[in-house]
Amino acid sequence: MLLKHTPVEIKERKALTVNPAKTCQPIGAMYAALGIHGCLPHSHGSQGCCAYHRSALTRHYKEPIMASTSSFTEGSSVFGGQANLIQAVDNIFTIYNPDIIAVHTTCLSETIGDDVNQICQKARDDGKVPEGKYLIHTNTPSYVGSHITGFANMTKSMVKYFSESTGEEINQVNVISGWVEPSDMREIKRIAKDMGVKIVLFPDTSDVLDAPQTGKHVFYPKGGVTVPELKSAGDSKFTLALGRFTSEAAAKELENKCGVKYTSLDLPIGISATDRFIAALSKAAGVKVPDIISAERGRLVDIITDMQQYFYNKKVALFGDPDHLIPLTEFLVALDMRPVHIVSGTPGKEFEKRIREILGDTVPDANVKNGATADMLLLHQWIKNEPVDLLLGNTYGKYIARDEDIPFVRMGFPILDRIGHSYFPITGYTGAMRMLEKILGVLMDRQDRDSLEESFELVM
Amino acid sequence: MNSIQILEERKSQIHCNNGEPFDIKCEKHSIAGSVSQRACVFCGSRVVLYPIADALHLIHGPIGCAAYTWDIRGSLSSGPELHRLSFSTDLQENNIIFGGEKKLYRALCELIDRHDPNAAFVYATCIVGIIGDDMDAVCKRVSAEKNIPVIPVHSEGFKGTKKDGYRAACEALACLVGTGQTDSISPYSINILGDFNIAGETWMVKNYYESMGVEVVATITGDGRIADIQRAHGAKLNVVQCSGSMMYLAKIMEEKYGIPFIRVSYLGIEDTSAALYNVAQFFGNEEILTKTDNLITAEVSRITPGLDKYKNKLTGKKAAIYVGGAFKAFSLIKTLNCLGMKTVLVGSQTGNKDDYRKLKEMCEPGTVIIDDANPLELSRFVLEKNVDIFIGGVKERPLAYKLGIGFCDHNHQRRITLAGFEGMINFAKEVYSSVLSPVWQFTPRMEKERSAL
Repeated sequence: MLLKHTPVEIKERKALTVNPAKTCQPIGAMYAALGIHGCLPHSHGSQGCCAYHRSALTRHYKEPIMASTSSFTEGSSVFGGQANLIQAVDNIFTIYNPDIIAVHTTCLSETIGDDVNQICQKARDDGKVPEGKYLIHTNTPSYVGSHITGFANMTKSMVKYFSESTGEEINQVNVISGWVEPSDMREIKRIAKDMGVKIVLFPDTSDVLDAPQTGKHVFYPKGGVTVPELKSAGDSKFTLALGRFTSEAAAKELENKCGVKYTSLDLPIGISATDRFIAALSKAAGVKVPDIISAERGRLVDIITDMQQYFYNKKVALFGDPDHLIPLTEFLVALDMRPVHIVSGTPGKEFEKRIREILGDTVPDANVKNGATADMLLLHQWIKNEPVDLLLGNTYGKYIARDEDIPFVRMGFPILDRIGHSYFPITGYTGAMRMLEKILGVLMDRQDRDSLEESFELVM
Repeated sequence: MNSIQILEERKSQIHCNNGEPFDIKCEKHSIAGSVSQRACVFCGSRVVLYPIADALHLIHGPIGCAAYTWDIRGSLSSGPELHRLSFSTDLQENNIIFGGEKKLYRALCELIDRHDPNAAFVYATCIVGIIGDDMDAVCKRVSAEKNIPVIPVHSEGFKGTKKDGYRAACEALACLVGTGQTDSISPYSINILGDFNIAGETWMVKNYYESMGVEVVATITGDGRIADIQRAHGAKLNVVQCSGSMMYLAKIMEEKYGIPFIRVSYLGIEDTSAALYNVAQFFGNEEILTKTDNLITAEVSRITPGLDKYKNKLTGKKAAIYVGGAFKAFSLIKTLNCLGMKTVLVGSQTGNKDDYRKLKEMCEPGTVIIDDANPLELSRFVLEKNVDIFIGGVKERPLAYKLGIGFCDHNHQRRITLAGFEGMINFAKEVYSSVLSPVWQFTPRMEKERSAL
């Protein structure tokens, strides 16, 4: 029992987080920046931050993750990191030659009071940024919010630095992707293409973090949103921000800066959230929903119809990031399942409110908590007090799943011990079908494992 | 990418062993802006102390440092598993402004009350000193109140490299050593230093020593226990592996308690046998020497037939090594030699000049020796040297695979033992299965080679 130290009795904790259901801001900024073509994320802080974030992303994607660091020393923490950052910019353009350096801060550089905006300006003024290249930044103090906040901040910076309004509208829609996998970003582009809508998707890590084996180490793979695309986002007709926690800040910035109106949607996870996404996209672009998309929806409904008895009344515990958990909870309710424990380490009052609205009268007494001390220890304690039939979340759920013998489907970030998330989406109708396949797979495996010989079913 | 430049400042950290004078620069801070494979002080301390399973490990700082080091090593415990949990004070903005001492105090008390550990380590992250928290004072207070050692680990990330973190960890350990009872310890006794029980390696090594008739007082830190470490000064000899991390403790113990140390490696037949012989010779006891002889003879004849199969297929293949501490590289080169393989690139994150000089002596002319490499340099040299296998850690694996090159994980994430006699077979098997994997026939690199034939 790996988690034999988990007490059943729940006591309120004020000072302590055990087995976190979140991590810190900079990794989110790093991931978002990888979704810009030709961009090298840069961590302004100690070397370890960059190493940890790169390792975590490497373990999740099984891809080489490139990012540089200001390599703080004791001197820089006393005298400030300006010299390090300016030297870093110079070195990076000389040796790694990216189109863009995207700087994010860390707890250290924030606490010592580095003004990164000003330092970046100085680097530009000093001629450290070659013609046609860019240096952008965002602030990601690790002691505020979570990895989700860092992702949102870097995405917002993309708009801040690049988007421009020329006054001439372009017949295209912006889609701010939110923290999803390269596979999901690819799927969103595929859906838009099938609907005949030209979109600017950002950030976009497809063809960056799911790159093929080519025998070469390509420092800047072919994917990622381009600077001209980001610029043109200021002239788009409309913006769809997928995931309020990760995308709304950028959409707001774009409206304020360039006057592009936006709507905030949930990530298109599950049937209803995908319905809303498709409807919003078709409305924004003024196109009809094509048969090919309707047919996908039909196939999804068909599966749910066929398999409804296996979903009915199953208790589910789920944890992860707010933008995933909100539509996921909605989907589970639609499947007639009962989400009874929901945990996210990311703070924000909106989260519990949305979840409670979705659960409504169906699961009125569900345990829902996010922010400080909403961690995997709490989730485990809840499960001990009220067992569940299914656990959904990132790899860190495997301890609970093993100790409590619960069917477990991996979803979210990070997934360190399975493959698939980079290549097969969970968004859109087909993504929902994949999710159902996975959920049914573990539930039915469990039924096969546990059923008595006489009730062992061949046909399910 | 073939034409990548080497930064002027980096040139002194690369030696190509082509007869030019040996003057490699190392132990330097990484250049700002480098995509370094290195980590920080905290990382060094955390990995060294992590395997102590009956201690509490509390990370004082924002959440990231705890999140990234949650259950990260395959260090096994034969009992408690407290070390595999992740505890953090999860500092928030108001703590940054008003200080985190109160939070630290409360978190420590809460954890000690709940888990009743035998000691607690509190790790300082980057900002702890900067916000002015007096961690030493809090630790002292809690230690007095709860009556267990509560040891501050001064591992602020920016204070140096991973190596400085090893040192901070050794300082923390030195607080424990010397506080336990040492009566009833055999005159033929050792401490195992610098083995982390990855995949049970410490157990295996401990078994060797016990079957030689040598008592193992403390294993530091693999499957480590506070009480053992407290009486470690009762041992007659420190046997130090992974010298990068534990030499400092060995030196403290030599100075303070007069315990001599020897440096060993348990990687490969040659080094494992040498380690056991050296320990036996240190005690000079006939019975121990005979038992050691018997053990080594039996083990070597047991594994040799199995090795030949791999050796036949691997002879002539070329390897690249990039590891944390250079000491590991010495053994790897010998072990690869033993399989008929050649090392054409070798580097480390934290080697010193003596290490690199020794590497130069061990390797053939033309071998690239590199300190604190970045991925551009690694991939350039690996392709240039046309290597068949890359031996490295988490960040090097996908790099090697993208290039179409085999890979063997020699870091702390692996789950199979590579140490001792048993480990030699595992190592050979792992290298063999990756070098000769059928997947390479589908990769562009091999297609190119085939069409060139």
